[in-house]
Amino acid sequence: MPGRGLIGFLLDPFTAGFMRRALAGCIALSFAGPPLGVFLVLRRMSLMSDVLQHGILPGVAIGAVTAGLAVWAMGLGGFLAGLLVALLAGALARATGGREDSQLAATYLVALALGVAIVSQTRSLDLEALLFGSILAVDDAALLLMAGVATAVLFGLALIWRPLIMESFDPESLRVAGGRGALWHLAFLALVVLCVVGGFTALGTLMSVGLVMLPAVAARHWSPALPGQVRASVVLAILASVAGLHASYDLDLPTGPAIVLAAGALWIVSLSAGPHSSLARSWLRRPHLAG
Amino acid sequence: MITLDNVTLTHDRHPAVHHLSGRFAPGSLTAIVGPNGAGKTTLLRALAGLHPVAAGRIQGAGTGRIALLPQSASLDRSFPIACLDIVAMGLWSACGPFRAIGPEGLARTEGALAAVGLKGFERRTVGTLSAGQFQRLLFARLAVQDAPVLLLDEPFNAVDARTEADLLALIESWHSGGRTVVLVSHDLDLVRERCPETLLLARHALAWGPTADVLQAGAMRQARLAAEAWTDTAPECRAAA
Repeated sequence: MPGRGLIGFLLDPFTAGFMRRALAGCIALSFAGPPLGVFLVLRRMSLMSDVLQHGILPGVAIGAVTAGLAVWAMGLGGFLAGLLVALLAGALARATGGREDSQLAATYLVALALGVAIVSQTRSLDLEALLFGSILAVDDAALLLMAGVATAVLFGLALIWRPLIMESFDPESLRVAGGRGALWHLAFLALVVLCVVGGFTALGTLMSVGLVMLPAVAARHWSPALPGQVRASVVLAILASVAGLHASYDLDLPTGPAIVLAAGALWIVSLSAGPHSSLARSWLRRPHLAG
Repeated sequence: MITLDNVTLTHDRHPAVHHLSGRFAPGSLTAIVGPNGAGKTTLLRALAGLHPVAAGRIQGAGTGRIALLPQSASLDRSFPIACLDIVAMGLWSACGPFRAIGPEGLARTEGALAAVGLKGFERRTVGTLSAGQFQRLLFARLAVQDAPVLLLDEPFNAVDARTEADLLALIESWHSGGRTVVLVSHDLDLVRERCPETLLLARHALAWGPTADVLQAGAMRQARLAAEAWTDTAPECRAAA
């Protein structure tokens, strides 16, 4: 692009209205999702995020079938389906004595197949856009959904912050002290479902979790402490959103994979060269300290 | 006071603690001893309300009046938060999920850290602590909890002699302050010297009373044999009916 300079190159795609809406929505979600991801990693629930992302698809599809292609109907359907799958997976895990990974895998395979089956029966639905997101789908309603979800999740997380940390560290002591651990766990799951649903128009149901999980996984290489990891995850997610939307515009990629690939690149950079427990840290043989 | 009335606790219907009756008097310091698999941890968890009672009845101290020290191996020692935050978790019964900790709570938290010998560790993350320091941290959290009943599961596992002595001194100060302490331990010498009461458990209570009477050689052998018994084809217990 001769003569327009770096600033022009960086800003040009965002002159289009739909790009600005997508950018605003993704930045809003970047503040809400990655902190949830940090807790998912901390609670060793990474697999749960997979279950949720597959779990919401049947709900989104049913919402679209019953109420037309309205974003609120698909969002509500996805939220309810995600909650149902989360509760079902939790109940299965308890009933089978904590061997939950196999139950979770079974749950999400069934949910994904069901979702694809419903979508394929409905002419008006574009399966690829539902699964992988479409930048053109971010109309005003979708932007309101993303921003509303992000706001609700941020307030929700602030509300359950203390008990959630305590429940993650030592659930039994919290129960003994009368702390109702299951309540906070459920509230947390509801926030994750909400966040995944919030991202489905732009990112797609399959990719929405990527913006939640990848910056969170990468953030562990930027700080040893939870508050630092939360901050780092938000910054990384915003960078991934901007870079991903750019790539999506320039290279005509679906938005979801483009943003997730950008987040993946940031994860690889963090894993190899981040300041905390990264590969570079373990390979560099530096002299030990005196005390 | 905590009273057990013919209590049976099970894992998958097999009894881990079988028809146990007795009481932990207010202000008592009782050690639960017995071989692995004797039901010590299960009993402690049931006292804390964490394990369902299959038969019989536990009249407990009530929720919020019990503090539990879990086996430190059951916790994530690389948990990414600061030591001060862990100790402040003990303020749950005072502050709940939303109320501010306030200057008084903060002072209590810092005081507890200093009392276990971890002054200056406030901002260190948990992952940088040794096993002994981590156990001291959990004791500081217990101190902040300020509960009338303390249940300690193997509090001296994997700690060195000096840490053990410091932690014992803390336990004894809680005991002399009138709190009820129940601790699980495999260290019989320590139990003989420092714990006035002992429950020798091997599914059944083989003996429960003053430590010197309970810890006799024959009883320990009997305890091991009783705890290792496991029959897949065991009939349903008649005493339950």
